[in-house]
Amino acid sequence: MTDATRLTALHQAALLRAGHASSRDLAAAHLDGAERENHALNAWLVIDRQGALEQADAADARIAAARAEGPAALARLHPLAGVPIALKDLVSVRGGQATAGSRILEGYRAPYDAHITERLKDAGAVILGKTNMDEFAMGSSTEHSAYGPTANPWALDRVPGGSSGGSAASVAAYHAPISIGTDTGGSIRQPAALCGIVGLKPTYGRVSRYGIIAFASSLDQVGPFARDTRDAAALLHAVAGRDERDSTSAPIPVPDRWLSLPGPAEAAASLKGRRLGLPREYFVDGMEPGVEARVREAVRALEDAGAIVEEVSLPHTEYGLATYYIVAPAEASANLARYDGVRFGPRLGDGDVLANYLATRGQGFGPEVKRRIMLGTYALSAGYYDAFYLKAQKVRTLIKADFDALWAQGFDALVAPTTSGVAFRFGAKMADPVAMYLSDACTLPVNMAGLPGMSIPCGLSEGLPVGLQLIGAPWAETGLFELACGYEAITADAPWRAQEPSALALAADPATPTPRQRAAAPGAGLAG
Amino acid sequence: MAILSRSDVEHVAHLARLGLTAAELDRLEGQLNHILDQYAILARLDTEHIPPTAQTIELESILRDDVVIPSLPVEAVLLNAPAHEGGFIVVPPVLGGE
Repeated sequence: MTDATRLTALHQAALLRAGHASSRDLAAAHLDGAERENHALNAWLVIDRQGALEQADAADARIAAARAEGPAALARLHPLAGVPIALKDLVSVRGGQATAGSRILEGYRAPYDAHITERLKDAGAVILGKTNMDEFAMGSSTEHSAYGPTANPWALDRVPGGSSGGSAASVAAYHAPISIGTDTGGSIRQPAALCGIVGLKPTYGRVSRYGIIAFASSLDQVGPFARDTRDAAALLHAVAGRDERDSTSAPIPVPDRWLSLPGPAEAAASLKGRRLGLPREYFVDGMEPGVEARVREAVRALEDAGAIVEEVSLPHTEYGLATYYIVAPAEASANLARYDGVRFGPRLGDGDVLANYLATRGQGFGPEVKRRIMLGTYALSAGYYDAFYLKAQKVRTLIKADFDALWAQGFDALVAPTTSGVAFRFGAKMADPVAMYLSDACTLPVNMAGLPGMSIPCGLSEGLPVGLQLIGAPWAETGLFELACGYEAITADAPWRAQEPSALALAADPATPTPRQRAAAPGAGLAG
Repeated sequence: MAILSRSDVEHVAHLARLGLTAAELDRLEGQLNHILDQYAILARLDTEHIPPTAQTIELESILRDDVVIPSLPVEAVLLNAPAHEGGFIVVPPVLGGE
């Protein structure tokens, strides 16, 4: 067998069904890679070899039983049965850790499964472990993890993006074919772009947030990472849909089309006549020329395939950053009030309840989380609520209306850069919070409007991946998948598609420094 | 332009129940003011007649069926408690002490 870790999830599933591979062998191959390279990447906070192999054995038994029963039973198996997967360390898996990248949840064990964990277990997917992330998903580089930064598999002195940096890096490094992330302002799409993989933030309400540690409840969505669109669609299909335990999860049907997306010829042909908007505000000042070039080449390729591309305007884009950095911290400051050292997690201090709160929260949270809690508390405090929070909610209406106007004009989707630059070096944005926040300028308006957004690889700039962002109307994930499949089909032979992340060999060398050592090196100074 | 004074920062830290060191308060005063400066752009927009958006999907209020469903077992909840006794979580003193 060729190296199974290079195959897509659905290709691995086909091998399992055909009896050409066992889930145990697949899990072991991925675990070997993760264990070999994690010292250099720090993508994983937990590599659960024993638990994964037990799940794999159970999946092998299911597949064997289905095979014995006949072709119909084999066809009824879930597409992800026996397929390895990584979960961001804010997804609850009963009995396991869920740190959300924070010291304040050190030692916490999830007493129940998240909705998506239940769904993945029912499907027979094999959970290999938990991935690194910015603390409470607040950050764009994974440098704000309390457990050290994650390195980018394309360049070990650069960030993988964030907050779901570990989930993105693990898939880019072939430690798992698919993984789960969350996206509040770009935390799936931005790391997908920086690591050269596919990432999708679904429509708000598409996936239940039950059992997912909350950051900003009106913005958070759970979504897939994968190395191609079909895998991303299959994973979203596995976890999407109404769940009674999350009242914001919507009773909207999950299309089976996601499991039977068009083949290359049909997908390429379907680009003809698709009406795509190119929002001019997303080509921001200071955009790296190589990134702009790749994005414009991708747009031209879509046009050459028959898509109708028109420049459009989203006039309130420039207000997105300020609006987001009021709304998200405000919601976070409320959500994070629960970390008080009373019911779970470490309890610091030995005084009365107030002294314990101050000590537990003061020492348990890292600098970025404290900044956001401070911002949010201020924006919600007496006398400032109208000026900040209410004002931001009103501007949110205008940002959403910009998009609504384009859907009303009949656009099928918008195409834009995911980020204005490629993966940056450790420390480059740690001294200035605003510089870090600007990393998400092209992704956060999509969360403000609750829309589905996807990042797909569209080439390299200076040897580092560039992402093309596709934005759809509410519940229009199918159209994004078809568009992405079409783009994959028309660029299937592009040389950059054949290129593996350039630092993987280095990551496998035991002498390679850890990301923490690199980030602490002179010139990469990590500031609070 | 400084919007927040050092004592404002201390007050917000108290509201947020964050015990911060003097060095942290110093750093936050500068950083928060720098971030608040970015908010100034919003003043350019006239939003007097714009309704606020708190949620983006238009769902009717959804109520679940009025049936009893099991909660987490007490033992599972207590497993994470820093201190517990007799099936209850021990909470630090809330009243008294001064």
